[in-house]
Amino acid sequence: MNVRRILGRPWVASLAIFIVFIAVWQALTGGGAGGPGAVDPEYARLAGQSAAVQPTGAIPPPTAVAARGWELLIDAFDRSNPNNLGIAWHLLQSLGRVLLGFVLALIVAVPLGFALGLFPAVYQALNPFIQVLRPISPLAWMPLALYIFRDSGISAIFIIFICALWPMLINTAVGAANVRQEWVNVSRVFGLDPLQHITRIIFPASVPMIMTGVRISVGIAWFVIVAAEMVGAQSGIGYFIWNEWNNLQLSSMIVAIVLIGLIGLGLDVGLAWIGTRLSFRE
Amino acid sequence: MSFLSVSDVSMAFRIKGNGSFVALDSVSMDVANNEFVCLIGHSGCGKSTLLNLIAGLLLPTAGAISCDGKEVRGPGPDRAMVFQSHALLPWMTCFENVHLAVKQVFSALSAAQMKDKVEEALRLVHLDHAMHKYPYEISGGMKQRVGIARALAAAPQVLLLDEPFGALDALTRASLQDELVRIVESIRSTVVMVTHDIDEAILLSDRIVMMTNGPAAKIGDVLRIDLPRPRDRVALATNPQYAAHREYLLKFLYQKQRA
Repeated sequence: MNVRRILGRPWVASLAIFIVFIAVWQALTGGGAGGPGAVDPEYARLAGQSAAVQPTGAIPPPTAVAARGWELLIDAFDRSNPNNLGIAWHLLQSLGRVLLGFVLALIVAVPLGFALGLFPAVYQALNPFIQVLRPISPLAWMPLALYIFRDSGISAIFIIFICALWPMLINTAVGAANVRQEWVNVSRVFGLDPLQHITRIIFPASVPMIMTGVRISVGIAWFVIVAAEMVGAQSGIGYFIWNEWNNLQLSSMIVAIVLIGLIGLGLDVGLAWIGTRLSFRE
Repeated sequence: MSFLSVSDVSMAFRIKGNGSFVALDSVSMDVANNEFVCLIGHSGCGKSTLLNLIAGLLLPTAGAISCDGKEVRGPGPDRAMVFQSHALLPWMTCFENVHLAVKQVFSALSAAQMKDKVEEALRLVHLDHAMHKYPYEISGGMKQRVGIARALAAAPQVLLLDEPFGALDALTRASLQDELVRIVESIRSTVVMVTHDIDEAILLSDRIVMMTNGPAAKIGDVLRIDLPRPRDRVALATNPQYAAHREYLLKFLYQKQRA
């Protein structure tokens, strides 16, 4: 009697899709004629002996990925070998760069966004630059950043700063410019001075828009950090993936990809929660 | 003699492209100290524009407005306003919303004295029990009471009300009207109120200013309401003078000024 009710729940369908996906993946990679040891003959020819010993050329089955994932998680915080840090250290590196670049962007975006939103002259003066700079892929800055900063870690932070800046800047400006007229009238009728007007009316009224900008910025930053770390970085999850690709450790790459997705989800859910806590309710 | 005077005020709004929309055309009126005046007219007749001009939220394109001998050049808490949409700040509690007004006007007072002022204003509208609630936690009628308390707390020379009960249901509206009658009689404040509700206007006013339809609205007629105070809505229902006032207003609004 309860079975039908349980089957009707939405997560049941999600679970079923997941199981089917894993089963198909397993069937395509694990069973079959070649088996897990199958090596692309082209690759075997190039790599010689090592390819036969270490069968890493083919897409690994989910069981192998799960096993590799378990190994990586057990040694996640291992730092005994400085050339082979645990995956958690790489993730923390990436998160740290995202956090630093994001905070720098926030410090610039919110005051500048208020200036843009509240003073049309500032908006008109800066808008052409914003419109030109905004569509540039953050990665396009990477070589220039590497040249200027001479450090891949700082360059990655700069890239995060650049990509996190625009959504927060534009959302803050739009939020500040579109504060409800009735609230602005309250401020005018009761004679709030400019500072109070900004801190007690404009800022709290703009918080929902700013927090939306924060969510978009962090989402993009988490996208971009992986790519930024693939170029020249010596640590971070992007470096980890690129390094494992060079080792042809496909299982590790897949584990890292899944972890990036889960952490991205966690960031978004966390920021959404913070956003509703900070925003006013009506 | 007149406390608030509006003399030959015209208001034109610039329209995108070119040209302008004339909302008010040389309007003049005087409000005596402690007088309760209602502005009544069809929607779009410019009565809210006139109120916003008195508040100083708009500046007239011609003519002048003065309050207590000083020309109105901008908004200020001496002409505190109760807004149609209550306009409470949703990120502040009821107490904080009223406190915002008190702090601006009575900046010389100590924190404890300000707190007393806020509590006194909320007690006047019977909301002292909901002081520390946020606007989303209270009903529409209660929100408008806070709006009234906020305006009163600023101890304005003229209290301006812009269709304050327009968004409320009939029963809540009646109870808030009664409360406004009681408050205004107790503090004897000068009030200018915009409404499109005839019964509300008669119940509350000393004088009703009837506005013609826009564009270029003018004052069409003025009706003095000499019904004795305190007024009681149930007793008024059978009062012949009340019925006569009502008929006069209805005739103006629905025969001379068809919407």
